[in-house]
Amino acid sequence: MSAQQPQPGESVASEAHAKGMPSATSSAKWQDFLFHKVTFSFALLVLLFLVGIMVSLVIGAWPAFEKFGPGFVTRIEWDPVNSEYGALIAIAGTLVTSFLALLLAFPVSFGIALFLTEICPVWLKRPLGTAVELLAGVPSIIYGMWGLFVFAPFFADLVQPLLQATLGQIPVIGELFQGPMMGIGMLSAGIILAVMIIPFIASVMRDVFETCPAVLKESAYALGCTRWEVVRKIVLPYTRVGVFGGVMLGLGRALGETMAITFVIGNAHKLSWSLFSAGNSIASTLANEFAEAEAGLHISSLFALGLILFVITFIVLAAAKFMLLQMGKAEGGK
Amino acid sequence: MSTTAILKFDNPIYRARLLKHRIGITLSVAAMLTGLIFLFWILTVLVINGFGALDLDFFTNTTPAPGSEGGGLLNPIVGSLMMVGTATLISTPIGIFAGIYLAEYGEESRFAQITRFVTDVMLSAPSIVIGLFIYAIYVANVRHFSGWAGSFAIALIAIPVVVRTTDNMLVLVPSSLREAAFALGAPRWKVATMVRLRAVKAGVLTGVLLAVARISGETAPLLFTALNNQFFSADMNTPLANLPVVIFQFAMSPYDNWRELAWGGALLITFSVLGLNILSRLIAAAGQKKG
Repeated sequence: MSAQQPQPGESVASEAHAKGMPSATSSAKWQDFLFHKVTFSFALLVLLFLVGIMVSLVIGAWPAFEKFGPGFVTRIEWDPVNSEYGALIAIAGTLVTSFLALLLAFPVSFGIALFLTEICPVWLKRPLGTAVELLAGVPSIIYGMWGLFVFAPFFADLVQPLLQATLGQIPVIGELFQGPMMGIGMLSAGIILAVMIIPFIASVMRDVFETCPAVLKESAYALGCTRWEVVRKIVLPYTRVGVFGGVMLGLGRALGETMAITFVIGNAHKLSWSLFSAGNSIASTLANEFAEAEAGLHISSLFALGLILFVITFIVLAAAKFMLLQMGKAEGGK
Repeated sequence: MSTTAILKFDNPIYRARLLKHRIGITLSVAAMLTGLIFLFWILTVLVINGFGALDLDFFTNTTPAPGSEGGGLLNPIVGSLMMVGTATLISTPIGIFAGIYLAEYGEESRFAQITRFVTDVMLSAPSIVIGLFIYAIYVANVRHFSGWAGSFAIALIAIPVVVRTTDNMLVLVPSSLREAAFALGAPRWKVATMVRLRAVKAGVLTGVLLAVARISGETAPLLFTALNNQFFSADMNTPLANLPVVIFQFAMSPYDNWRELAWGGALLITFSVLGLNILSRLIAAAGQKKG
């Protein structure tokens, strides 16, 4: 009896042991399973946002496309009073200001990236790099205020007369620099956009420049190349896909920029050859009209503009990302 | 010796190359200066125009009625803090969990690659379109503008920032650290959160701070989600005054004291955002030193 006493106790203990261990691992397995699914659903959520944005824009834009057909994109009218809507002016304004910005921002960004990677003394690299990134951190609305109240008067008084007196005299190009000099308009919007996208392009360029292997550069220096020649003929060709990706990223940013443009573009629904004239971009039209738009065709046309903007920027940004991925792959392959 | 060296380099081709080099370098320095001048110009303008507005009334009074004197930006400051706070609370867990998935389970799978691609695109997607999206799915259904709608909109902008920094940081954790934890018998979720995530908490915090900085200045998505409110309100279900939209409205107004308040608000918001940027950089640098 007494010998039997511990036996059940032992069996209870061993049973608990036998039960306990598997239950511990199975609960750990279950926790792992749960954790996997929870994190997965959050990742899926991020993807679903994109799908949701596309679907909601298409639904919102449907009545406008139904009424005006695909011709909506090339219609000039934008007349809320008579319910006539077309996207051409806004699309043209968006593209013109963005390309102007790119034209101005590219050389400056290249210069900055070159300075930060090849010229700058090491102790200055960090503060200057931070300063450039702070330029990217300044909120868009601040660029708008500064553009309207400080830059535009300066531009109208000093730069526009100069442009009209010089470039404005050349036969065909001169058309671009005619008209009243108000300081605001397409050209000012383009310049302010350029300042805003310079930090983005410059920091991508700096990063890709730094991927250029030191051996390549040193070989060129050893052959007697100047620093400019090394950058121009070794670093730039080596990194050109990445540089192009950076430029596309800047373009994507410029296309969707809203507040700064809304302040300085002048918000006029008209087409003009002159870059001095006021215009409108897709984003500025949305910012100005959406909150007060009447339900129906007006709202729907604004949704259609939003859809067009989203599709354009998505394509541009996807291209940028694709190029930067290629760049990363090429580097990884070495 | 020295004469031959001089002779060797004193030819038209070399001089032309040297000239090109000098022009190139000069232009590069000029480009750097251009960038700095614009930053300095904007900051100076903000301080000159905005500093005068920053008195006690600015922080304690609500926005003035059109044309009336005095007033401050108490309601937009509170509204902005509430919305940015809510958006941070929404976006941080979503962003961190999604980031953990990408680094821990996704790795190089097709799903993870697509998600990374999409988040990268969303990082730069036009913020005004995010406003349209929230308007379509939320505002149009509840039929009024609200602080919640504004928070959702800016949370959507913050999420990609948090996802990508979390993912990028987690990948940097040495696999020996994870293997050691696995060898001790830790389940995977514990390794992912208490070992791997913990090792990069400074980096993840940086990401969150950058996201907060980014959404604090966002105006476009709030225009038709949170709208604006002339009066003090702490109810997230009503239209909520917020700094960016008030600055926009006041700056475009014809009233002098509204414009002055707008400059004050602009100064406040810019220096908060830039301060957050610098703070996040310091945290990242300190984290790197420790690691």
